[in-house]
Formats: sequence, C-alpha cells, structure tokens
Amino acid sequence: MSQPLTYYDEMKNKGYSRRDFVKFATMMAAFMGLERSAVGQIAKSMASKPRIPVIWLHFQECTCCSESFIRSSHPIVADILLDQISLDYTETLMAASGFQAEEAMQHTMNKYKGEYILCVEGSVPVEADGVYCMIGGKTSMQILEEAAAGAKAVIAWGSCACNGCVQAAKPNPTAATPIHKLVKGKPIIKVPGCPPIGEVMAGVIVHLVTFDRIPQLDALGRPKAFYSKRVHDTCYRRPFFDAGLYVESFDDENAKKGYCLYKVGCKGPVTYNACGVTKWNGGTSFPIQSGHGCIGCSEENYWDNGRLYERASAFAGFGIEATADVVGGIALAATGAGVLGHAVMTNIRKKDNIHMLEDEGKKEEKELDH
Amino acid sequence: MAKKYVHIHRLRRVYTWELPVRLYHWLNALVMVALIVTGFYISNPLVISSHQEASNRFVMGWMRAIHFIAAYIFFFNFIFRLYWGFVGNKYANWKQFIPTGKFFFKEIWQVLKIDILQLKGKEHLSVGHNALAGFIYFFTFIAFGIQSLTGFGLYASMSNWWLPKLFSWVPAILGGDIMVRQVHHWTMWFFILFVVIHVYLVFYHDYVEGRGETSSMVGGWKFIEEEAFQKDQQTAPDRRVLTDEKK
Repeated sequence: MSQPLTYYDEMKNKGYSRRDFVKFATMMAAFMGLERSAVGQIAKSMASKPRIPVIWLHFQECTCCSESFIRSSHPIVADILLDQISLDYTETLMAASGFQAEEAMQHTMNKYKGEYILCVEGSVPVEADGVYCMIGGKTSMQILEEAAAGAKAVIAWGSCACNGCVQAAKPNPTAATPIHKLVKGKPIIKVPGCPPIGEVMAGVIVHLVTFDRIPQLDALGRPKAFYSKRVHDTCYRRPFFDAGLYVESFDDENAKKGYCLYKVGCKGPVTYNACGVTKWNGGTSFPIQSGHGCIGCSEENYWDNGRLYERASAFAGFGIEATADVVGGIALAATGAGVLGHAVMTNIRKKDNIHMLEDEGKKEEKELDH
Repeated sequence: MAKKYVHIHRLRRVYTWELPVRLYHWLNALVMVALIVTGFYISNPLVISSHQEASNRFVMGWMRAIHFIAAYIFFFNFIFRLYWGFVGNKYANWKQFIPTGKFFFKEIWQVLKIDILQLKGKEHLSVGHNALAGFIYFFTFIAFGIQSLTGFGLYASMSNWWLPKLFSWVPAILGGDIMVRQVHHWTMWFFILFVVIHVYLVFYHDYVEGRGETSSMVGGWKFIEEEAFQKDQQTAPDRRVLTDEKK
C-alpha cells in the first residue's frame, strides 16, 4: 500500500457497496443543508482525497460527544470517519495504550505537521498548574499546546470545549477553561451541545474533507449551517407559542395536548442548535418532542444562567430565589414609599412657603403705607 | 424719603421645549408603555385558556409584533433625539445631560439639598432641565442604548434586514441569548422606576414652583422668573429661545 487510502477505499475494505457510499454522501449533503449538486462533490472528495489525519483529545468531559458521534444515524460515520480511519489517537476508542499510544500521537504530529485536525473534547483545568487533568504524566494544558501547535484547525467538540459546561459552573474549582481561550492563532470550530448531535459532528468533518476549508462560522464561532437558528424557530410546537397556549405544569391538560413548554422553562427561544430539524437518534425525537423543555445545553453557561424549569432566572447578587421581577417589585415599592414620604414633606414645606410669602407681602405693604 | 415698591416676581413665558422635543417625548412615552406591557407578557405570558384551535389564535404573535414595531419606533425616535441634541435649542442640547464642568455638579448638589432632601436654602431656578434631572436623563439615554443593543441583538437572528443584523455581535459579547435576554429584562425595570419618579417630580415642581412644569411638555411654554431667565441667558445665550418679551 504505497498510495494513502481514500475514505472510499476504506469503505470498500469494510464491505460497503458503492450504493451505501452514495447514500452516505446524499445524507450528509442533506444534513449540511447543501444543494443536490454538492452530493457529487462530497462523493468525489471522499473517493479521491486521502483521509485527513485526526488527533482527538479527551480532557475534562464525560465522553458523551464521542458517544453521540458513534451513534450517528449512518453507520459509515462511526465506521469510517471515526472508528476505522480518521483517528490516529483517541483515548476512548484506540486499541493501543501506554507508550504505544503516545508514540502514535507523536508520529501523527510529526508526520502530518500542519495537516492534521485536532479535535478536543472537554475543557482544560488551569488551576494549580493544571494538575486536575493529567494524561501520561502531562497536564492537559501541555498536551493541548503541543497538539495545537501543528494542527491545521481545531474542532472544539461539545459544550465542555466550547464554554466549559458543568465543570466551569460556579464556583469552577478547577478553573475549567474552554479551548478558544487557550489556543490562539488557529481556526477553531465550536460545536457546542451536551452532547452535540452526531450528524452535526459528522457534517463538520465531511465539510472539512469535501471543501478543504472550515465551514462558515457565526459570531460565536459555530458552524452557521447547524447553529444559525434557534431551537424555537424550528420547533414543531411553535404554533402553540404564537397562539399563546402554554403548558402550565407537566401534569396538566395542556401538557397532554402538546402545548408549548415555554412557561415550564423551555430554553428553545435562546438556544441555537439543529435539534428541531435533525433531531436525535436517527431522527427519532428530541427533548421537546418527548415533552420536556430544552435545557439550552449548547448555550454558554447554561448551568449558571437559569433554572431548568422556570423562565425567570436568578438575579445575580440577590440570592437564588430573587428573580429580576422580585427585585424590581421591591424596588418599585421602595420608590413608591419614598415618593409618598417626599410628597408629605413637600406639603409641610409648601405651607411654610405660603406663610413666608404672606408675611413678606404684609411687611412690604406696611412699608409702603408709610 | 425714598420711594418704595412692592416686590413682584415678574414671570416671563419662555418657549422651552420645541415641538420636535415634545413629539419625541410623547412618542417615547407611548412606545415605552407598549414595550413594557408587551415585554411583560412575552417574558411571562398570562394564562388565557381557550378551546380554540391554535390556528385561530395569535396572542403571543401579536404581542411580539407590537413589541417589535414599538421597538423600531423607539429606536428611530431615540436616534432622532440624539440628533436633536446637536441642532435643537439650548434646553435640548447634549450639554444639558453630560457634565461639562464643576458648575454642573454644584447645581446637582444644590438640587439634591433643596428638592430631594428638602433642606432649607435658596432653590435653584433653572429654565430647562435642572442639572440633576439632566444627569439622570443621561443615564436613561445609556439605558436606551442598552435596550437597543440587547433588543436588536436578540432580534438579529430572526431578521433578514441588515439593520438588526448590525447587532448580531451583541450575543457574542455577552455569551449567548440567555444573558442578553436577562440584561434586557433587568434594564426594563430601570424605566419603570424612572417613570414613577419622573412623573412624581413633574407634579412636585409644578406644585411647589408654579411655573407650568406639567403643561410645558404639551405647549412648550414655561413661566420663568425674569431674574432666572436673565441669569440663564447670561451664562449661555441662545437667541433661538423664544419668549413673549418684545424688545
């Protein structure tokens, strides 16, 4: 094998037919929101280009991103993109361990310098010199710095790598830090979500392979193809929202009727993700479809920024029970009381003023008389 | 023996608030009420039970539509007011709102002492805004700015027009829509508190000073003591300010 294998070669080796391959290309084009002509482009790229070497690092995380990825609806995603071909190093799925594994990583980093894609799952603790997350005697920070130095691009998988997720929630004892704050000077693609949708993850990789450049990103660094719409905008319960029909509690009649979950804390209106369109588990369902509000897992600080089952969020600095409206109501009452007190004082003073004016007038009248 | 006269406070009618300022004020008041009412509904919709099908109802849809239309009017009105702060008369000028010297803070302290704490002393008789009011308005302008930024920031992703799109960087700075929405909601409370105090103080000044403070925002005229007016014209003359004095 002198020629490096292409994605299609690997698929054939694994026993996939041409038909399976074209189906895969079609499905990916659809998920990425591309026009039909892109199917051929994807197929051509996958059949002609050698695979992109990938180093996939795991830091402070739960591996749900990897789990989501390998459960992507099309088997080729797991079999070819991740499991068999692309990964030169990943703690979770590689067969090698110990020195062998470290060697494989070094090998990829040296051989494909400036060519490999670095995927990072998890945040990096920077507190106490990073001792909270160490692999093979190195801190995650060191590993990230080394691996990022020769990477062509960095993909931050999941909310941990994009914004720190649960371990960065207050008080964030390990100072869990998202990747974009540590890696500078490299294109970073953020794919937030806890976990991100498998098809979305596959779509990002296929985009890199097909077009040989990173997908178009929004202001927060997320691929526009998957994160430009709010869950709310693509939600099938949206008509109930617009009609003003809401579930008041999870066991009421409205919940049975499938009304909008806005008032029981659904974060769909503030969450940018493809859940309403792509859905989960091969298009089976997504949280709102199963009767639970969106918790906003792909949004920054979603752990600290609100309660899961309420619309209102705690007003910072006034205790966990104080919402903006409670604080505002108290301030309004205090203002009202102040105004009332001031009005009483003003009346007392006005009487004095009137007396003063009267006295002045009388005095001046007297002086005139003389 | 020298002749003595009764000392009479002569009042002069001064055209303080020009028509554009008054139009701005009332339009702003109108859309602000609309924004607060619909904003409260949007943040926590009332239970309106109905046996109608969702397709026959559009309650939240209308609330949001009113909110967005009012927001556009509010925004352009705000921009217009900023412009008028440079071309309007001296009582509408930006210098009324932004401290440009020590005298500004001296006047603020005087107003605080006499009007708010109600201590004994000589009242400051200003023609337009007093310095404290002007300074508070400066903060309302900042709050206007915050509401415009956060509001259009939230709206940007729903719109195809370039204008709201200009604000799409706002959620990126604040780390997502959750935070933007919260700031938008908190700032609304500033306006509610402001309205209570603002309306009260208008009545207060009219009640105590009797210079036509309340009606001045309708007709534009205020009744100003001759000495106060002369002093005001001496410190910063503005020949555009109309009065009923023929000279």
